[in-house]
Amino acid sequence: MASSPPVEVHGLTKQYGDITAVDGVDLTVEAGDVFGYLGPNGAGKTTSMRMMLGLIRPTAGEVKLFGKDPQESIGALAGVAGFVEAPRFYPYLDAKTNLELLAALDGDGAKGLIPEVLDIVELTDRAKDKVGGYSHGMRQRLGIAASLLRKPRLLMLDEPATGLDPAGMRDMRLLIKRLASEGITVLLSSHLLAEVEDVCDRVAIIRKGKIAYQGQLSQLRKEAGLSYSLRTTDDTAARKVLDSFSAITDVAATDDGTLRFHPADESAVAQLSGQLTAAGAMIIELAPRSATLEELFFELTEGES
Amino acid sequence: MRSPSVFTVYRWELRKLRAQKRTYLGIGAAILVPMAFTIAVALRPGEPRDVPFGRYIHQTGLSIPLVMLLFGSIWFFPLITALVAGDIVANEDQNGTLKTILTRSVDRTQVFFGKVLAAFTYAFIAVVISSGFALVAGLIVSGYNPLTSLSGQLVSANEGLSLVGASVAVYMIPILAIASIALMLSTVTRNSAAAVVGTLMFSLILQLVVIIPGLGGLQPYLLSTQFNSWQGLLRTPIDWDPIIRAAWVSSAYAIPALLIALVVFLRRDVTGG
Ligand SMILES: Nc1ncnc2c1ncn2[C@@H]1O[C@H](COP(=O)(O)OP(=O)(O)OP(=O)(O)O)[C@@H](O)[C@H]1O
Ligand SMILES: [Mg+2]
Repeated sequence: MASSPPVEVHGLTKQYGDITAVDGVDLTVEAGDVFGYLGPNGAGKTTSMRMMLGLIRPTAGEVKLFGKDPQESIGALAGVAGFVEAPRFYPYLDAKTNLELLAALDGDGAKGLIPEVLDIVELTDRAKDKVGGYSHGMRQRLGIAASLLRKPRLLMLDEPATGLDPAGMRDMRLLIKRLASEGITVLLSSHLLAEVEDVCDRVAIIRKGKIAYQGQLSQLRKEAGLSYSLRTTDDTAARKVLDSFSAITDVAATDDGTLRFHPADESAVAQLSGQLTAAGAMIIELAPRSATLEELFFELTEGES
Repeated sequence: MRSPSVFTVYRWELRKLRAQKRTYLGIGAAILVPMAFTIAVALRPGEPRDVPFGRYIHQTGLSIPLVMLLFGSIWFFPLITALVAGDIVANEDQNGTLKTILTRSVDRTQVFFGKVLAAFTYAFIAVVISSGFALVAGLIVSGYNPLTSLSGQLVSANEGLSLVGASVAVYMIPILAIASIALMLSTVTRNSAAAVVGTLMFSLILQLVVIIPGLGGLQPYLLSTQFNSWQGLLRTPIDWDPIIRAAWVSSAYAIPALLIALVVFLRRDVTGG
């Protein structure tokens, strides 16, 4: 029997009054994944992760972490660590004492790891300072340290790089890469694709509580590459042709009048060029473009599809 | 390599209390108020004749902590108790730390009872310290002399001392019920000011209920009344009835309050922080 995946989510839904914050999310994170959970502000990332960590109750659906439901027992969080939104600590205690407290609540000799995790996040010098006086970036790093105390097999981080300066962001990326290379499965949320592009291998894109895309990042790149740009002598006629063509989808006009679209395949492009000429729109430019991931992401999260 | 338990949470709750200002605010008041009272006793010739033991404050220091227990029950000890018990859950909400501790290896029940024990411990320590200081100050001002019991008999100073100790112990019964109510309000309101004020209002309103015509019969079942139950110890022979009633009446307040708090704590969504 195959062992259960680190995260398996089915039909996960959370309703806040009229707002459906998370709406039937299905998600699987496989062992060894560095999984990017992407979506714009208010998409439902934090809410889903709260449910995954057992902090809030799903309205419907279920979460399994290594096959166990965090709603049923805290034991489901064995080997799981992370934080949602900004990590929080007791402001009136110093960093070391905060970690000692959490280590005590972890049990299992976690206390012995404190010097090591403080070192990893480079807070050893400040360990004796009250967390109340910590900067945002320091708290963020302390959050990582607190998670590492649990010797996690699965690390869930909600926008860990938010509010960090460029160097801090780079350090965070390097750290996540390093942890992943040590075999830790990572689920990482972000509202910036660029931020996770070079650490994640799989992504899910959530939009208004629903998963808009889930799969390999490389696959997403391939899809992104299928876009074409078109400039003609007659924009209106060209637009008409594009809109009437069933093998062509996602037509959009950019600010400078260039049209963009997704052809079903190359033969659709060939046919299109003939039809454009017939319609009197002479082609100035018709080119496949490697749309940046960012554009695709924008399309997936903001588009009307 | 032990796995964490309620006592792990309890130990760390005490550790957190030791690092918080409001803890010392409560303990400080618990010390200062009996001191101020004793100084007033020393400086002024009169005595509060309308309360039990009030007339003996110049005769024996043993009466001072007893008078403090009486005066303190109106709002002073409930306030000190609620100061911490009303904050112990809400404080986590305000700091956003509930999510931090609830994603470790202790479950919510353990966290809850760790907090209950810590709030109880604090209330106990505050009342004991307060009475201890009242006693010492009283002995300095009025001496270590025999005490007249409520039945009019003179009991030796040594016996009186152990009766004072036992009275403080019995006094803990309604105090812990107050702590439980404060904990419930702390859990339900998620706001420590609301919980502290709410507990105080509750205990004051109970004292007013009996003024309402027709409700006087409720007196024996009010939590505020249980604060007088220790007086049974100071009769000869000891009258256990009020003490037994204090135990069950206080439980009738405390247990539902704790149950409500527990259920709310177990079921609630942790969205803050
Ligand atoms: N406690 C709550 N009560 C009411 N509505 C909530 C609550 N928490 C979240 N929501 C709503 O649920 C939706 C999703 O919020 P969520 O915080 O999960 O988004 P997010 O993807 O994490 O956004 P961000 O990138 O801004 O962090 C939002 O519309 C939000 O207003
Ligand atoms: Mg969020």
